[in-house]
Amino acid sequence: MILDAFVQLGQMMVVLALAPLLAGYVRKLKALLLGRKGPPLLQPYRDLLRLLRKEVVLAHSASWLFRVAPYLIFAATWVAAALVPTFATGLLFSYAADMIAIVALLGSARFMLALAGLDVGTSFGGIGSSREMMIASLAEPAMLMVVFTVALLAGSTQLSTIAAFMQGPGVGLRVSLAMALVALVMVALAENARIPVDNPATHLELTMVHEAMILEYSGRHLAMIELASFVKLLLYLSVIGCVFAPWGIAVSGQGLAAYLGGLAAYAGKLAVGGFLLAVFETAIAKMRVFRVSDFLGAALMLGVLATLLLFVSRIA
Amino acid sequence: MALEVLLWCNAALLAAGAAGLLLARRQGATPLVYGASLCITLVALVAAVVSLLAPGSLGATRVLPVGLPWLGAHFRLDALSAFFLVVINLGGAAASLFALGYGRHEETPGRVLPFYPAFLAGMNLVLIAADAFTFLFAWEFMSLSSWALVMAHHRRPGNAAAGYLYLLMASFGTLALLLAFGLLAGPSGGYAFDAIRQAPPSAGIAAVVLVLALIGAGSKAGLVPLHVWLPLAHPAAPTHVSALMSGVMTKVAVYGFVRIVFDLLGPPAWWWGALVPLVGGITAVMGVLYALMQNDLKRLLAYSTVENVGIIFIGLGLALAFEANEMTGAAALALTAALLHAFNHSLFKSLLFFGAGAVLTSTGERDMERLGGLIHRMPRTAFACLVGAAAISALPPFNGFVSEWLTFQAILLSPALPQWLLKFLVPAVGALLALSAALSGACFVKAFGITFLGRPRTPVASEAVETDRFSLAAMFTLAALCLLAGILPGYFIDALAPVGQALTGANLPRQEQLDWLTIVPIAQSRSSYNGLLLFFFIVLSASVAAEVVHRFASAASRRSDAWDCGFPDSSPATQYSAGSFSQPIRRVFGSVVFRAREEVDLPAPGDGRAARLQVRLRDVPWDVLYAPIARLVGFIAGHLNRLQFLTIRGYLTLVFGALVTLLMVLTVWQ
Repeated sequence: MILDAFVQLGQMMVVLALAPLLAGYVRKLKALLLGRKGPPLLQPYRDLLRLLRKEVVLAHSASWLFRVAPYLIFAATWVAAALVPTFATGLLFSYAADMIAIVALLGSARFMLALAGLDVGTSFGGIGSSREMMIASLAEPAMLMVVFTVALLAGSTQLSTIAAFMQGPGVGLRVSLAMALVALVMVALAENARIPVDNPATHLELTMVHEAMILEYSGRHLAMIELASFVKLLLYLSVIGCVFAPWGIAVSGQGLAAYLGGLAAYAGKLAVGGFLLAVFETAIAKMRVFRVSDFLGAALMLGVLATLLLFVSRIA
Repeated sequence: MALEVLLWCNAALLAAGAAGLLLARRQGATPLVYGASLCITLVALVAAVVSLLAPGSLGATRVLPVGLPWLGAHFRLDALSAFFLVVINLGGAAASLFALGYGRHEETPGRVLPFYPAFLAGMNLVLIAADAFTFLFAWEFMSLSSWALVMAHHRRPGNAAAGYLYLLMASFGTLALLLAFGLLAGPSGGYAFDAIRQAPPSAGIAAVVLVLALIGAGSKAGLVPLHVWLPLAHPAAPTHVSALMSGVMTKVAVYGFVRIVFDLLGPPAWWWGALVPLVGGITAVMGVLYALMQNDLKRLLAYSTVENVGIIFIGLGLALAFEANEMTGAAALALTAALLHAFNHSLFKSLLFFGAGAVLTSTGERDMERLGGLIHRMPRTAFACLVGAAAISALPPFNGFVSEWLTFQAILLSPALPQWLLKFLVPAVGALLALSAALSGACFVKAFGITFLGRPRTPVASEAVETDRFSLAAMFTLAALCLLAGILPGYFIDALAPVGQALTGANLPRQEQLDWLTIVPIAQSRSSYNGLLLFFFIVLSASVAAEVVHRFASAASRRSDAWDCGFPDSSPATQYSAGSFSQPIRRVFGSVVFRAREEVDLPAPGDGRAARLQVRLRDVPWDVLYAPIARLVGFIAGHLNRLQFLTIRGYLTLVFGALVTLLMVLTVWQ
């Protein structure tokens, strides 16, 4: 119990501490792949600190919602990330939210972000909110279908149980799981505003989505939103790692060595995931915004197909 | 005891209606009628809650010597009735409280005051009726009184047509229910529900009754394609009545369906569990897509009711599928999910309609394109509506998420169903449910964002004032309930236990003793959710983050012009509008679902005309189903019109011919 509480607390701190590093790592890799030197690994931390120290400039038409939203977005994302097993299962509060609830928590964060985009009353904020909700309207059901697939196999929507099941011998190679993995990766790209859906590096481009929503934010508010988006990227990599590569996750009650091993395995997974992301983003071009619906529609169909296969293959 | 209280409440409501009729022109009639309605519905609410929580008092029956002479009027209070009485009277009390403020702005109180309590009484009577005649009588009474309320502002454009369509569809629905009860009663004519329960119909008749019940109750609830009247009629009524019709009357329709199909019809066949969720899933997605395309706030809310009714029917249909396969635990889960969603929807839909009403009184506008920035002028209304919007978008930690989560859990139990059709269908329905949940998020970002956020688009919006305290009290009560039902769902699920027990013979595990008030519908290792902890964590980490940032980093802020990429335009017309917000989704889904056509008229360089973008949306069910029927009726009526102008000889020949034909039919028959 005490140990579980420590693991829970440690996990919350680990995701918060590692998230900017992951973002810096991916940026660095992308720069290297493009033959540039790139910013140092720790640049995101410096950016966050710089933003935190600056004063906030609010538009005249900004309401209280605009000022509250960054903290709520950050809180919802952080709570969601705290409930995904990263280096150890047996989180104290893992029963508070299953995978469906985690998806919905991210939905809450997005809801606030989209509202904040509309709050000042500019055309860029509106364009970002409107496109974000269009993307979400396809990405969220695709994500839920992935959850369905995994949950049907593991007989549970709890991430700890799923991770334990995936480590067990009963899994084997399954077509459904492969489809679910592809769908999940596509959703993760869309949800984190990565290429080919959105470009995290641009700021002045007509196809931008995420950046358009937060255009009016500055100072500490912007820092909270940036941090939330770093945590979200980490969360998706953690979910992929926890469900599809659960090796090395420490189980509750094992010794300190197991936890250290779990941490090392987690760091390795993040390194591999970030590397693949950087390679993928460098290799592919951004698509037109109205092609995104084809991209995510494919993810949704893959998810539905994966679920359907499981329904059909289970003979009562 | 509770049943007597409820019957007296009905009598009191009818008396309040009569008082409204007599005193309509007097000063003080409005607070009198709404105050009386508030008190009476509160008494009925307490009676219903008490009887739901103390199941010993359920099952009371009463026969009053009115109605058909050989039948009398049967009344009965069981768990199902008690639950829906809670929904109806909670919504009724909230609407009455809201109307204490809102009703003062009514121009023609004489057209509203008599019918409002009568409408409440009609809905209450449907729920305690225990024979077919009383049920149908109360059902028609409810329909007609609500029709009168829809027609209260009959001179406004479109309202008379909406009322006409509503009357047609309501009559059609009642006809279907009449036939359903006729078949259920059988040749012996046992119209009391007890008699029907003792003699369940054969499989073939049961199938017909199911379809008739789906049509009859579905047309009232707004199932696609029987929904066409709903988005016209619900917004046409005064707002507190719109809230009642959308939030509450659709639940009476759900009750009618549950009563007939789960209670009276005997054990279900498995294909019922395929038909009902499919209809529900299509309704959910179509409803929310239509809602997304609306710019009229009240119409958007009405279409969103269609969506939520779809979600409720998904749960009900899954319960039928499980019950047909004797998986009673799963059936109880699905039924609980559906009923909890019915309760939740009555909360947040009433709340949002009240918000729309507050905006309407304050600005005189329902068109979102002419609103905006109201969060500055009406901060309290905006806050309550934000809670409602988050709740209806199924976001944790609010209540809408809990019932959708339970529905998802029910879907995840369905691979064990043996029928192949269900194996294919249920995942598809799950995808439709997920899609509708995500789209409703987009829909309410639009509804709230365009109405309350941004800059005012018209002078009326920039001069709006906060609404009165009665309306605010009603909104905040409902908002608090939305949060409460979201963070303490275990108590609400437990309260539904007697209903599940009565209809499916099984129960979910008791929730209230679990640690930290977690809800665990099946087993701890399978799934659990704790809204209280999530709420607590979100609030805690948000406030800790804010505190830390403000204390150790910077708390300075200053106001300036908007940045907007360096080119801020001071005209509010440069903001995103309601139409432009939904444009991406219209492009993705619209070309298939609505056959949307966009026409761009771009003048050549040098031409001084303004450019125009015109969007045409088609209502496919209307084009495919209703327009041909209307044409056919028109065609037949046109030709039968000749019969009006016959000579007396012609009429006599006609009567004689008819007589001979009937006699011949009779001869051949025997």
